[in-house]
Amino acid sequence: MSPHRPPVGDRFRRFLGRLDAAGPAGGLSADRPAAPHTPEGDRTPGQPRSAAPGERRRRGGGRRGGGEQLNVPPAEFTSYYGRPVLKPPVWKWDIAAYLFTGGLAAGSSLLAAGGQLTGRPALRRAGRIASLVAVSASAYFLVNDLGRPARFHHMLRVAKLTSPMSVGTWILTVFGPAAGVAAVTEAAPWLPERGVLGLGRRLLPPVGQAAGLLAAATAPALATYTGVLLAGTAVPSWHEAYPELPIIFAGSALASGAGVGLLAAPGDQAGPARRMAVAGAALELWGSHRVEHRLGLLSEPYRTGTPGRLLRAGRVLTAAGVAGALVGRRSRVLSGLSGVALLAASVATRFGIFHGGVASARDPKYTVVPQRERIRRREAERPAVEG
Amino acid sequence: MPDANSLYGPLDPAPDAGWTDARPRMGFFTDTSVCIGCKACEVACKEWNDVPGSGLDLLGMSYDNTGALTANSWRHVAFVEQPAPAGHRTPPFAGYPTAAPASATSAAVVAAGTADDTGTEPGLPTGDPVAAARMAAGPEFLGMPGSQPPGRATGVAERTDFRWLMMSDVCKHCTHAACLDVCPTGSLFRTEFGTVVVQEDICNGCGYCISACPYGVIDQRKGDGRAWKCTLCYDRLGAGNTPACAQACPTESIMYGPLDELRERAAQRVATLHERGVPEAQLYGHDPTDGVGGDGAFFLLLDAPEVYGLPPDPVVTTRDLPQMWKRAGLAALTMAAAAVVAFVGGSS
Repeated sequence: MSPHRPPVGDRFRRFLGRLDAAGPAGGLSADRPAAPHTPEGDRTPGQPRSAAPGERRRRGGGRRGGGEQLNVPPAEFTSYYGRPVLKPPVWKWDIAAYLFTGGLAAGSSLLAAGGQLTGRPALRRAGRIASLVAVSASAYFLVNDLGRPARFHHMLRVAKLTSPMSVGTWILTVFGPAAGVAAVTEAAPWLPERGVLGLGRRLLPPVGQAAGLLAAATAPALATYTGVLLAGTAVPSWHEAYPELPIIFAGSALASGAGVGLLAAPGDQAGPARRMAVAGAALELWGSHRVEHRLGLLSEPYRTGTPGRLLRAGRVLTAAGVAGALVGRRSRVLSGLSGVALLAASVATRFGIFHGGVASARDPKYTVVPQRERIRRREAERPAVEG
Repeated sequence: MPDANSLYGPLDPAPDAGWTDARPRMGFFTDTSVCIGCKACEVACKEWNDVPGSGLDLLGMSYDNTGALTANSWRHVAFVEQPAPAGHRTPPFAGYPTAAPASATSAAVVAAGTADDTGTEPGLPTGDPVAAARMAAGPEFLGMPGSQPPGRATGVAERTDFRWLMMSDVCKHCTHAACLDVCPTGSLFRTEFGTVVVQEDICNGCGYCISACPYGVIDQRKGDGRAWKCTLCYDRLGAGNTPACAQACPTESIMYGPLDELRERAAQRVATLHERGVPEAQLYGHDPTDGVGGDGAFFLLLDAPEVYGLPPDPVVTTRDLPQMWKRAGLAALTMAAAAVVAFVGGSS
């Protein structure tokens, strides 16, 4: 054992000191009666174990100073010394960042393919380059988050439909090289017109067209599988949001791709980017409104604390971005600013969803109360089925 | 050919995983009514499996200083103190006055995540003071650990009814194991005994299994980066031996054997306890029709599962996987359609 170890019980004693400093009640809800703690067999029917989700006191002020205690829910449940039932995700911020860059890569490759097919070279070029940059960043984030980065290629040992991460690996394996080739062929005009390189100058554009279309064909899968990636966990607020997460991520990807278009394209080519921004924002706003309100108790992590602030910021930025894109048709500066706002909105939304899930795994309430409710509903239905 | 119940419902997991010469499914039945909290299982597990130490500290909540299952603790003995009479309906202090609830401060102490680093990630989860107060406020917290039984030093007025619950927790080796289903490297696999094991030479530490486990069992080891959990002593099973924890258990609280035999034994034990006046005795994880298709390691509990830190109604996340992919497909189509409309519609 290391000689630099702090003495046993050090943190515990420091906690006691802090508690004494905070006063006798320690800021805890001493006025609230303790949970009835009777064994399963002789629990009286009058004692509710959990209150209905949604009936919660909201306290606005002083959330920072007083900590969590101000938001004491009436939900009654028991836990093992307040410890979480689940292990919170070990994913660092890399994964939240990847959610953004992966979506950005998908959105901008769709933009590039559209530009390519409808003869808007500015959109094509910006989309292809943004797509390559974003997909490279994605690869970095994904590998960097691994506990053993050197073993990243173990992901390619198997292909499993039951593992959204495996499916995503293969989607990226197709998308990444295609997006890369499409971006590299944008260098064709710089090659000399004669000689071997001249041949390249003539051959590269058609290769780029094919690669760009392949990337665009994979892009919707790349943008939406991440919804399944998060929902395919035991994290309560992610899993129960499985119908909405892919929609939110698809909308966010479209909006961020549109942001690239608004930033890079001159006004006469940016029309499709404006329409993409509107469509993406609509999907994103609808989806996040649903997860913030449909899930009862499990919506709470998305409305409170850091994730709540991030999602609210995302909503404001999305609205600002769309408004700017529509109003600023004639202004290059305003279009560019709204592009930046859309990109920032996508970042905020992804981090908000990510941290909302992590918060729901950290508190045993979000695991125990909905499961108790499920048992209660099942037991209420049983006699009806039998009778 | 995958079974119709491959994702959800009753199933024999080893043949479903492709074993043509599957052995009978082996598992644990942990009877917490005879557990004495000695932690011999924790020690035996560490010894046999060469699991690194997880720090030495006092959590300040009870005689349990392990706290939770982590990458460095594959058995965890939970310890709960309650103001309920200890079994057999014979309150130890019948006829004596009992005390008013203890202070809320003691409850907050219990909730403090004061443990030293366990060397794992996320490791020992910190408690939520509010949630802990719900468990520990009032007469539950009796100033334990102490050197004397509750009430002896304080006089009759402070005496309370109480009981201790002890339970040796372990990986459940689910019929439908979410960790295994979502593993993108094939590092987790189903053995011929129907158990779930991580191959440490394959695992690349992606951490997906850790978020997927509905029991919060599997965990990442710091510095090592890979995910670790109970193997149900796969090496010992292959040689026809009993797993280390069951071998070490002095009261046979941890029973090892073929799962169907254990389920019969468990049903008998519950019937016996009910007959003897312990109506709260209940089985946990024995039912093949539950959310994870039944556990390979199941338990006899004396209170609700969440009191021991277990989820009351766990459901394997992959049950909803077909719907999830369907939703993602719809979203992808919507996205493609939106992109097409953006370029085709309008003229600006």
